[in-house]
Amino acid sequence: MTCLPAKTDKKLGLVIDLDTCVGCQACVTACKGWNDQGYGAALSDQDPYGADPSGTFLNRVHSYQVTPHDGGTAKIVNFPRSCLHCEDAPCVTVCPTGASYKRTEDGIVLVNEDACIGCGLCAWACPYGAREMDDEAQVMKKCTLCVDRIYNENLPEEDREPACVRTCPTGARHFGDFADPDSTVSKLTRDRGGVPLMPQLGTKPVNRYLPPRPKDRPEEASLLAPLLDIKAQGFAGWLDRMLGKLE
Amino acid sequence: MKPAPSVILFSTLSGLGFGFLALLGLGLIAVQGWPAFFHWAFGYALAVGGLLASTFHLGHPERAWRAFSQWRSSWLSREGVAAVATLLILAPQALSDWLGFGWGQGFGLVGALGCGATVLCTAMIYAQLKTVPRWHHWSVPATYLGFSLTGGLILAGAGLWASVAALGLGLLLAYGWRVGDGAFARAGVDLASATGLSGLGRPQVFEQPHTGGNYLMREMIYVVGRRHATKLRVIALIFAAGIPALSAALLPVLPALILGGASHLLGAMAQRWLFFAEAEHVVGLYYGKAASSL
Repeated sequence: MTCLPAKTDKKLGLVIDLDTCVGCQACVTACKGWNDQGYGAALSDQDPYGADPSGTFLNRVHSYQVTPHDGGTAKIVNFPRSCLHCEDAPCVTVCPTGASYKRTEDGIVLVNEDACIGCGLCAWACPYGAREMDDEAQVMKKCTLCVDRIYNENLPEEDREPACVRTCPTGARHFGDFADPDSTVSKLTRDRGGVPLMPQLGTKPVNRYLPPRPKDRPEEASLLAPLLDIKAQGFAGWLDRMLGKLE
Repeated sequence: MKPAPSVILFSTLSGLGFGFLALLGLGLIAVQGWPAFFHWAFGYALAVGGLLASTFHLGHPERAWRAFSQWRSSWLSREGVAAVATLLILAPQALSDWLGFGWGQGFGLVGALGCGATVLCTAMIYAQLKTVPRWHHWSVPATYLGFSLTGGLILAGAGLWASVAALGLGLLLAYGWRVGDGAFARAGVDLASATGLSGLGRPQVFEQPHTGGNYLMREMIYVVGRRHATKLRVIALIFAAGIPALSAALLPVLPALILGGASHLLGAMAQRWLFFAEAEHVVGLYYGKAASSL
């Protein structure tokens, strides 16, 4: 049923630390790898080794250059983008068939691929570009929070988290229950000022992004900074003074 | 947004069909016997043809029946339900007009309301989307209903009424474009709020997340033809409103109907193509598209 649950028992989601993410794309690869086996239609590629490759991914890592408001040195921020498992998920309510749904028990937004007609309206309704239609299966694909891992008792306990979280080499991704104020994700969000994306659109995203810590100073921007202010001495100093007089 | 031909055909043809059927249902086109048969058949053909065209863009058209189930939350589902219900409710009226059963106008009146509801549902599929600020405005349902009414009146050979409706539609189109052009900026979303990086500074795209295209770019960050937007707006205005208004007012009924009807449909298609091609989706922000360059 595409009406949203009034409240979910848990609010499972991710915290993504933009301070720590190095943009290595390991989460993209791990996500694609895991979601190519088992749950639902595989994430297909079109023309993968040809001139115009394209494919379905549930996670994409953008890179942004952020210039401080005071005009200091710009920094690069790597920005993984995936489903935020919104509390007020517009992708669910627009679905005409009931294929899109939000689970009452843990808040995960999923697609029942057997009921999906591939109309694409849910992807239009999502502000975050979290849904991609698979060109091969012609059904909508999206992040499942690795629902086939997190409850999977056949896996060792440390593997019962989403593939992107498990694989992240810098620990920039955290998985947990936002409804529990004592969970890691809740604490991180409180301590580091985790932000929702485009809150003005009223989707109430569950996932939070931790902004990079302010740390770079413009005067320290170059590794050569200590060497840049050298006064020429000796013959070079004399030459410098003489040439300076020539104008 | 990508202007899928099937969706343009669907919304123009079925909009026109439901407008014409509504006038038949209201009894404003007084026909009996075989002329009634051909009028009703024409209306049904437009509406049903459009609805069938809409299934062509589905990944799994064989599951389309499932789309009747979620009318409580989904405008797309409501549209399907309203369309089928309306076509069923109007059927007795069509039979009565054709075969002279004399069943009164009851089915027709309810069916006419259903026609309006169906077109409204179609428009709300787009107008509900906060992610496409240009569409998230009351002028979108007003324009869809305006097209339906105007098209119906033109096909009904309604003379001055058709002229007045066409002029009204022209004004509505101009208004829609005017408010639409500033809609993205007014929505107040930019790359800073899309990434939550506003506290840190002003973000710009440094590098795209992938070198090839993807579904999002093909479907929602569609850019073809926007440089011809102004020309297409003028074409839509002249063909959908200008020519039909003049022909309905000045020409005899049959030439006015043929010239005005063909011109109006052409204009409607140009408008509908632009409706999609000009619509900017907020996901474009992640790929460095500002509203002006989308």
